[in-house]
Amino acid sequence: MLTKVHTGLDPVPGVWWKPAHKAEKVWVAIAFAWCMVLFAMMPLWHYRGGQNPAGVRGKVDPEAFYARTQEFAAQYQIGADRGIPIVKPPPGADVYLVGLTYSWYPILQLEAGKEYMLHISSKDVNHGFSLFPLNVNFQVVPGYDYALRVTPTTSGDFRIICNEFCGIGHHMMVGRVIVTDGDGTPVADNPNAQVESGGPQ
Amino acid sequence: MSASAIATSRVCPATGRRIFRQAEGLIRANAVVAVVSLLIGAIAALLLVLTRWQAVHLLPATWYYRLLGVHGMNMLIFFIIYFEMAVLWFAATVLLNARPAAPRFGWFNFGTMLVGTLMVEWAQWSGNADVLFTSYPPLKAHPVFYLGVILFAVGALLVTAQFFATLVIAKRERTYEGSVPLVVYGAITAAIIAVITLVHGALVYIPTFLWSIGLTGPVDPQVYRMLWWALGHSSQQINVAAMVAIWYMLGGLTVGAVVLNEKVSRTAFVLYILFISMASAHHLLVDPGFSPAWKIVNTSYFMYMAVLASMVHGFTVPAGIELGMRLRGFTSGLFGWLRRAPWGDPGFSSLVLSVIVFGFVGGITGVTLGTEQINIIAHNTMRIPGHFHSTVVSGTALAFMGATYYLLPLIFRRKVAFWPLARIQPYLFSGGLLLLVMGMTFAGSFGVPRRHWDISFSQAPFDVPFNPAVDLFLAVMGIGGILAVTGALIFIAIAVKSVFFGEPVHDIPRGAPVRGLPAGLTNPPVHAANVDEINEQLHAPARGIAGATPGTLVLVAVFLLAFMLYYFTNWKLLSFLWKIG
Ligand code: HEM
Ligand SMILES: [Cu+2]
Ligand SMILES: [Cu+2]
Repeated sequence: MLTKVHTGLDPVPGVWWKPAHKAEKVWVAIAFAWCMVLFAMMPLWHYRGGQNPAGVRGKVDPEAFYARTQEFAAQYQIGADRGIPIVKPPPGADVYLVGLTYSWYPILQLEAGKEYMLHISSKDVNHGFSLFPLNVNFQVVPGYDYALRVTPTTSGDFRIICNEFCGIGHHMMVGRVIVTDGDGTPVADNPNAQVESGGPQ
Repeated sequence: MSASAIATSRVCPATGRRIFRQAEGLIRANAVVAVVSLLIGAIAALLLVLTRWQAVHLLPATWYYRLLGVHGMNMLIFFIIYFEMAVLWFAATVLLNARPAAPRFGWFNFGTMLVGTLMVEWAQWSGNADVLFTSYPPLKAHPVFYLGVILFAVGALLVTAQFFATLVIAKRERTYEGSVPLVVYGAITAAIIAVITLVHGALVYIPTFLWSIGLTGPVDPQVYRMLWWALGHSSQQINVAAMVAIWYMLGGLTVGAVVLNEKVSRTAFVLYILFISMASAHHLLVDPGFSPAWKIVNTSYFMYMAVLASMVHGFTVPAGIELGMRLRGFTSGLFGWLRRAPWGDPGFSSLVLSVIVFGFVGGITGVTLGTEQINIIAHNTMRIPGHFHSTVVSGTALAFMGATYYLLPLIFRRKVAFWPLARIQPYLFSGGLLLLVMGMTFAGSFGVPRRHWDISFSQAPFDVPFNPAVDLFLAVMGIGGILAVTGALIFIAIAVKSVFFGEPVHDIPRGAPVRGLPAGLTNPPVHAANVDEINEQLHAPARGIAGATPGTLVLVAVFLLAFMLYYFTNWKLLSFLWKIG
């Protein structure tokens, strides 16, 4: 039943298919069960959980996406900060956000508790969407439209960091998302994300 | 053994194995280039870590990004793969007493890899490939960069073919009896995965090269990411297989670790091969190009079967050490075998630290970050480099270092130079990395991005005021990084001094410790004559499940609890976010 004592450096007899000791069998069984738990959690979260990278995905021409975003910005613009339009779409609307070296366009103003269809894509190279300080991250790939159903549950003044290397100005690429509370009053109640100037209007 | 074989080979004084000069030359050449790459990578690492430590912020932006590419290529590709080429030659020839297949062709392939390496180095250092080592299009590098990678990969692929040819020679010339040793089996696993990986490499780099010289149209950025990671992550599986093989080897050499059951360990190696092409998915979990079903099936390597394999090795390796020690008489209590282990033997300490950090830190964080939804709070943050510096660096690289302390006397026939430093080197390297990894991981949990020159965002239009704790974590990362680089430099100094100026080893005296020779060589861990009998008793059914290896059972139980805790904590953190779907 047992193999002769040997190390991993020794050749072994042609037939090494011997039954394992109970301890190993038990460990393999436990590890297998744990692997099944790990596996089951993901589909389960699609049914029960609130955070999934699912969305609606499709291919898109980068220039066309950029044009669509500009159109969207013009339609709902309510102000501007540092030359970038602040855009306030109605709840439920399709919202467009484009990454381009080295900025995020436009600035979004959303309402807490309302659902939006957020389309993210790039005009040029890969970028990384990283919502600060929540730490929500998505890859932004040129030619692909990633449309995510988003419901902001906290209000405040948020940032979008680019966290995929996109060129020498990568570290200058920061965008802004403002989430107002139910009454529509602008809030900047997030102590980690005060703006220096040009607050929401 | 024919007369010519005797003229072209020698017998190893420690293990009695036949070593062929041609193979020895190839092992040496690959190991030397590996160490040179490690040196370049380590210098870059020091400058990078001193830049990411925001309070120091050493390099200007251009050089930070350039050296990030240099560090990635030299460490992950050149250092690791040259060393693996040495491991393949070693496993096929030395461990099997065989002559190398077509050694001249081996030198040709080595030359091809070297030319490729120099092309990549030129492109990166001259600023012609500021695209990081992933080179995601539409970012474009100089064609020499892509061509260099292709030459390097083709050379490596052909060496892998020679490895298989050597196995055939060994079998045909009956240089060993029965089946190959487990260590060689692990190397075969690594080599098979290498073939699959390098084919993906060709699929991704050849079209990209053609695009860079203007012959073909653009490469789809999403398809590129998928194929690139089929290369980039599958190659990590080569590293894992090679590392586990070295674990078994060092276990045998240092403490006479036994193989509990060949079937279990070998099946686990096969599991690595079966699901390997799926490995690219966990890099694409928050990418737009793939459906959730595809992501779930692939990121889990079809229901976590590769994780299962690692959990099996994570049991059998320590259990083999425990049993090996017990069979040699270190039987007291649950952990007497650990207390009495040769902690001053750098081969042994590297082995244990590699197993612990790879398993407890690398494994647990890896599975967690590679979960489809949890990736939302991890993708491209510092949690990612935090994870892989605990796998490929304090796991694989450290195992390779530990193996080197044995290869120096056995293959290079030199004493290990700076012996007192060698004894502490694994602790310094591993300890530093642990700090680095913790600093990176916690900083990443606050959203600190990876691959980012300036998280004070001084040139950005909007402020990004990170939690002040981040400064602390980055300082921990910085100090850990300095320690780890010091450990790496000590290793390099030892390797270079030993190889080029070391004291020759003619024969290895037994019994008393010798400065410059690991304890496993001067005091080989031999088993008693009646070892099979003792083994039988330890395995007696009456002793129950804890029978032969009770200490390891406790260790893996602790491991599983830590795993569960970390995993579910991350789900909890995820649930606090906005609704996204
Ligand atoms: C010697 C100690 C080491 C230190 C202190 C160190 C430190 C670092 C730092 C600070 C970064 C940059 C993280 C960022 O800004 O995004 C980095 C990236 C990286 N390191 Fe290391 N490292 C070490 C060894 C290694 C080794 C041995 C390997 C591979 C075997 C390795 C592989 C990588 C890779 C693949 C990256 C990512 C590059 C990229 O994002 O393009 N490192 N390392
Ligand atoms: Cu960027
Ligand atoms: Cu990976």
